[in-house]
Amino acid sequence: MSAGEIRVAINSDQDIVGARQRGRTLAAELGFSSSDATLIATAISELARNIVSYARKGEIKLQKMENSARQGIMVTASDDGPGIPDVRQALRDGFSTSGSFGLGLPGVRRLMDEFEIASRPGDGTTVTVKKWRP
Amino acid sequence: MAKRAIIGNGPHVAIDPTVQMAQNEATSELLRELVAHLRQNRTQLREEWVQRISETRLLTAMTKEEIFAEATSVYDSYVEALETETFEALQAYAQNLSERIIPRGVETHEVVGIVLLLRDVLARSLFAKYQADFRKLNRILDAYEPAANRIANTVAVGFVQERERTIRQQQEAIRELSTPVLQVRERLLILPIIGVIDPQRARQLTEQLLRGIRTNRAKVVVIDITGVAAMDVTVANHLVQTVEASRLLGATVIVTGLSPEIAQTLVTIGVDLGKMNTVGDLQGGIEQAERLLGYKVVPLSDPRQ
Amino acid sequence: MEVPVLKQGKFLIATIQAALSDADLENLRRGLVQQVVRFRSLGVIVDVTSMDVMDSFASRTLREIAHMIRLRGAETVIVGIQPEVAFAMVQLGLTLEDVATALDLEEGLAYLNTKFKSLD
Repeated sequence: MSAGEIRVAINSDQDIVGARQRGRTLAAELGFSSSDATLIATAISELARNIVSYARKGEIKLQKMENSARQGIMVTASDDGPGIPDVRQALRDGFSTSGSFGLGLPGVRRLMDEFEIASRPGDGTTVTVKKWRP
Repeated sequence: MAKRAIIGNGPHVAIDPTVQMAQNEATSELLRELVAHLRQNRTQLREEWVQRISETRLLTAMTKEEIFAEATSVYDSYVEALETETFEALQAYAQNLSERIIPRGVETHEVVGIVLLLRDVLARSLFAKYQADFRKLNRILDAYEPAANRIANTVAVGFVQERERTIRQQQEAIRELSTPVLQVRERLLILPIIGVIDPQRARQLTEQLLRGIRTNRAKVVVIDITGVAAMDVTVANHLVQTVEASRLLGATVIVTGLSPEIAQTLVTIGVDLGKMNTVGDLQGGIEQAERLLGYKVVPLSDPRQ
Repeated sequence: MEVPVLKQGKFLIATIQAALSDADLENLRRGLVQQVVRFRSLGVIVDVTSMDVMDSFASRTLREIAHMIRLRGAETVIVGIQPEVAFAMVQLGLTLEDVATALDLEEGLAYLNTKFKSLD
């Protein structure tokens, strides 16, 4: 079992597929169901795409999580882009919204168990999401 | 009083780093001596341990041969953990061992019991060996105890984690059994939902239904929620998502048995009930499904005549 | 990586493979519209059976493809969405709401045939 983390540089849309495939592989290693692995890969895809669309480049970091009871995966998407002016607005969750051209953050939050975001104009954005294996 | 460098899981005492390093080296050397002793006397100590295990009537679910085989592996892993001062291999072994013995009915207290017995057997042999040199015995025990405790901890925790995982799997299986997706006609599935749904069950339901649509090539699904007392916003959303996901697989969903309360909940979360296919009761829902599928139900002559 | 497009009578069938880049999707969009015009196709089936993830970009592009093909007078059907992918999609709020969907190629063809039956 590999310790440490997997870092995938996101410089163009072609890196998105690589990031989510590595996420899927790690999820499988951790024993996540195929269905959960798909959710994780989809979340990674969305986060990586945000980086490409709004920050041009950044990084996806994949880590194993382990506590006394269970295991999980942690995905950190970070960039040095322009940052999000109104984070609360970006997180506003209307369950009926679909296909909006926004950041899709509410959707990513629904896909995963835990969600954290730090973003400031001029300071870049870091989104951290986690999923635990039942 | 000489400074002591405490290693392992014990409380940490602030200490001069050079002293720390020297002490760590001394500890490692002691552990090496200890490991050599344990390897030399492997046969005898293992025998003693197995004897103690049967005396205390542990592992009654296993045969003598099985206990001996496992005891050998545990002993070797134990000594290896002491030697390498790393515990990953031991953890992996503990998990592996647990996977094998849990289905046999071995319980937590038994696993903890045998590991502690081994610790005792080894400690006793150290007392015997170093009884002439009390100071050395003390140093050897200083090196041995934290490591031995960590080993006991690792094995016990590994076992408990595996048990919890097994229990969760069983719960999952039970949940799956209690939400049957029924095929009543070709291309038509019925999903009757009864009782309380929590978000986890709701999610499982959705996954099962979607798999069922694919396997049965269903074109219409009737989800009957007559038996559902109440639905909170989260579960109502799952219902909507189920309808939407089913459509992505080419299936139409008819929801039957919608109570006024649940209808209100759906409206609250912004569902346009006009767009959702709803029918009063299950019978009506099946009839509509048949119409959608192009079936025509023709009554045979009245059996009462 | 080019997406293979087959002609089946009045319909076109495009089979998408797993790891499609944005450029590939762009090419597909252009190519499909061109071929619809060229063959005067009535319908297009886009088979996404091999797609293991459908994110917002893929979803948006598929809708755009369907929209552009509709402007040329043809109908698009997306087939082969995997159960797990469908589940992830609705979590993200991607419902492909203005595009027809069917279980698989067979169902997709049945759908188009029914729709254009009267034109035979």
